[in-house]
Amino acid sequence: MDARALAALAANPGCHRRALLDAAGVDKRTVAERLGAPAPFGRSQFAFARGHSFESGVTAEGGAALIRLLCRQTGEEQPEPESVRVPELNAAGPAARAGRTALELRAAAARGGWSLLDHPMLSLPVAGAAVHLEPDALAVHPDGSVTVVEIKSFPILDGSADAAKVGAAARQAAVYALALEDLAEVRERALLVCPEDFSNSPTAAPLDLRKQCAATRRQLARLTRIEEIAELVPAGAGFAPSSSEGELAEAVASVPAAYAPECLSTCELAFHCRSKARAAGAVEALGRSVRGELGGLRTVEEVLEAARSEQEPADDPAAAALRRAARLRDAALAEAACR
Amino acid sequence: MSLISVLARAEAAESGRAAPLATVRHRHLAAHPLVLVPLTTAGEDAAPLGALVGTDRGAPRLLTVPQPRNRELRSTFLAALAEEVLPHIESAAEEVEYVERKETEPETGKKVTVQAELCLDAPQLLVPNPAGVEFLRLLGRATRFRRTAEEDPQAAHPSPPRVPLLGRWLSHYAERARVPGSSLLLPVTELLIRHWATGRSTLEDQHLAALLAWIAPPPGTTGEAAALHAELARDERGQLLVPPAGPSTDPAFDNTLLGPAIDRFDAGVADAAADLAHLVEAQLRPTWDAVWHAVDLLRTLPPAAHLPARWRRDRHSYTHHRDRVGAGEPPQPRRDDAVTAARKLVSREQSQAELDAQEALDDPLTMAERRLAGEAFAGEVLDVTMAYSEGKRPMPRPLVTCRSEDGPLPEGTARLHRALPSGGEQRGEVAEHGEVFTVRLTNGMGRSKEPAEGSVPEPGERLCWTLFEHAPRGGPGLPEPEATPWTHGGPPAQLPEPPDAFTPEDRL
Ligand code: SF4
Repeated sequence: MDARALAALAANPGCHRRALLDAAGVDKRTVAERLGAPAPFGRSQFAFARGHSFESGVTAEGGAALIRLLCRQTGEEQPEPESVRVPELNAAGPAARAGRTALELRAAAARGGWSLLDHPMLSLPVAGAAVHLEPDALAVHPDGSVTVVEIKSFPILDGSADAAKVGAAARQAAVYALALEDLAEVRERALLVCPEDFSNSPTAAPLDLRKQCAATRRQLARLTRIEEIAELVPAGAGFAPSSSEGELAEAVASVPAAYAPECLSTCELAFHCRSKARAAGAVEALGRSVRGELGGLRTVEEVLEAARSEQEPADDPAAAALRRAARLRDAALAEAACR
Repeated sequence: MSLISVLARAEAAESGRAAPLATVRHRHLAAHPLVLVPLTTAGEDAAPLGALVGTDRGAPRLLTVPQPRNRELRSTFLAALAEEVLPHIESAAEEVEYVERKETEPETGKKVTVQAELCLDAPQLLVPNPAGVEFLRLLGRATRFRRTAEEDPQAAHPSPPRVPLLGRWLSHYAERARVPGSSLLLPVTELLIRHWATGRSTLEDQHLAALLAWIAPPPGTTGEAAALHAELARDERGQLLVPPAGPSTDPAFDNTLLGPAIDRFDAGVADAAADLAHLVEAQLRPTWDAVWHAVDLLRTLPPAAHLPARWRRDRHSYTHHRDRVGAGEPPQPRRDDAVTAARKLVSREQSQAELDAQEALDDPLTMAERRLAGEAFAGEVLDVTMAYSEGKRPMPRPLVTCRSEDGPLPEGTARLHRALPSGGEQRGEVAEHGEVFTVRLTNGMGRSKEPAEGSVPEPGERLCWTLFEHAPRGGPGLPEPEATPWTHGGPPAQLPEPPDAFTPEDRL
């Protein structure tokens, strides 16, 4: 699971299905394919090439270019290019790499001066299980504090960028900041590095993480502990690749989900969960905001029944409002029809 | 989402077919709009890959960029686009009417009335979706500061002659598109979403083909099934049967078909450019047809009564930009100064309020939403008592007593508004609250002692009172904020901003 997935998970903390599959390290993409509802996301080779070429340009020169961008934001003095250290972070497996990253962070802080950790590994306990995360880069300042660096290939045009994309970047950076909390003093502002205008040259903007960190922390705390979810799943339910399609579908169905249309852009299982939600007539399939207005009415059928009811419902304000809405709507349509 | 739209979506989900959200068409549709369906290169929001463009649905012009990273090829594309779009945009510049406008004389500060031209029509642009509008904005921004060889003989990469002008117009249209209710540049998904509710979420409605499937399912299938097909069905090579409406392409298309085709072009394979053009056209054509299909569907709805008034504002906006270009003013700046930004914001809020009021007045279904929200009260006139104002010239101030089926007025309501049969707005002061309430009419009855015919309702008549004003801004015909001429108190003419610097790896 990466930070983007984690941020998405945090945004839908009510979904046990996703929490369990993620924690168990099940590849949701494969599961979705086996269930006949492959995930909507693919990655274009062009987007990949563009992202790659931009990122390698940014982290070139032994990290000096990136530190320059950062100093311009913070007002710190630019170091001599050769003095920026870029420690080696290789190790076998994510856990070992996370250990190595922690060591290097401490060493860099103790040594003073600038260091850049290129694709380090962090670990964050989520719902009782450790999740490994790989930020683009971490910059260690001479005072030992750390700035999270997010490198994105969408442009900053005339000083501003797509708000939705910036928001997603901030949510991701907040997850890294949380994972760093026990290792170092994390700066409140991450550094967002993007292409400038229509060029391939990097420019940077600060990302204030305070709000995002608080929100993500709260949502992660709300995630039910995995062991508790696992208890809901019947013994023997298997997500293993060897299980048959029927077994897989059963196993998935045994973990409660919380589908909303937002899943379509964040979760590989979305098409599967959507078809189940629609088949059940769940009102959430019509939009997350719809639920709030409908009180206890959970299905399309119940909604329409309340709307068409001949009698004024006794004490259900949502049903009464629906009934009135239906009358007003019918009258308006009739009025228009006879014009 | 209003409860009425929730209900419409639930109905659609049950029936498998979209349900109406409007009984009239709330946006102006030109007789001959220019449709532009663009595609971009993944990961490079502004880099064009191709487009279908034109006013003739049977004969769009196909433009492609066989290697999107090549500056010269992009230039050729932009020149061809200017050739297609500018004649359309300029087509309404000549025919004008004369309108009066109040202006402040710069020397004396006095208000004077001047005659001004107002173009009789304005050219309309349609794109598939909001991302298409965003693309035109980027394209406009990328090209309006360019210099042609004539303007700058030393330019390293001179722009084709008409491209900077195209950039200015695209920038203007994209900016105008941010004004609620404006119709110079419209994304058709938004048009459809305003008028029909599907049995799915608004998020999913962003898919043009799926949206159309819900509204007009092909015979023998439901909207639901047809929408799923449009979204998901793929052939044996993994290609979507219905390509996305862009500007982004499907990653499977990029990786399997487009990538190799561009490689062949780069390798100099004969006919590679033509092959690539075919590929791109096959991605664009279904969307082109879908846009026109959407236009057909929208034309089945009768136009709303306030459309000409709102379109007039669009005509003003068009005319003023024409004048700015004609007067040799520099292109729109990269960033608005604080005053302009604030003014635009205020003006957009006003436009939104005006649009909300007009849509409700034009459409009983929209008014039903306002009634449900407790912002409008329909009912019957029980009694009318004639009364007059005090003073030298007593004016009619009749008291109208009504009962509304929409419940009592909210406490503290002081003023109510209703549409006069003659078209104007009549205001009333609430004299008595309660299940049965009394309103003192205060205007719209003419200048004489006897109220003008039809300006006072009769007992038994049905009325609809609104809490909101019907014309929340300073009346029609007021110049748009962007129209304040710089010679008359507007911002001083800026010096033209320098073009963007070229770098070796520019994306546009
Ligand atoms: S798509 Fe399904 S599994 Fe994924 S978050 Fe939504 S409900 Fe949960």
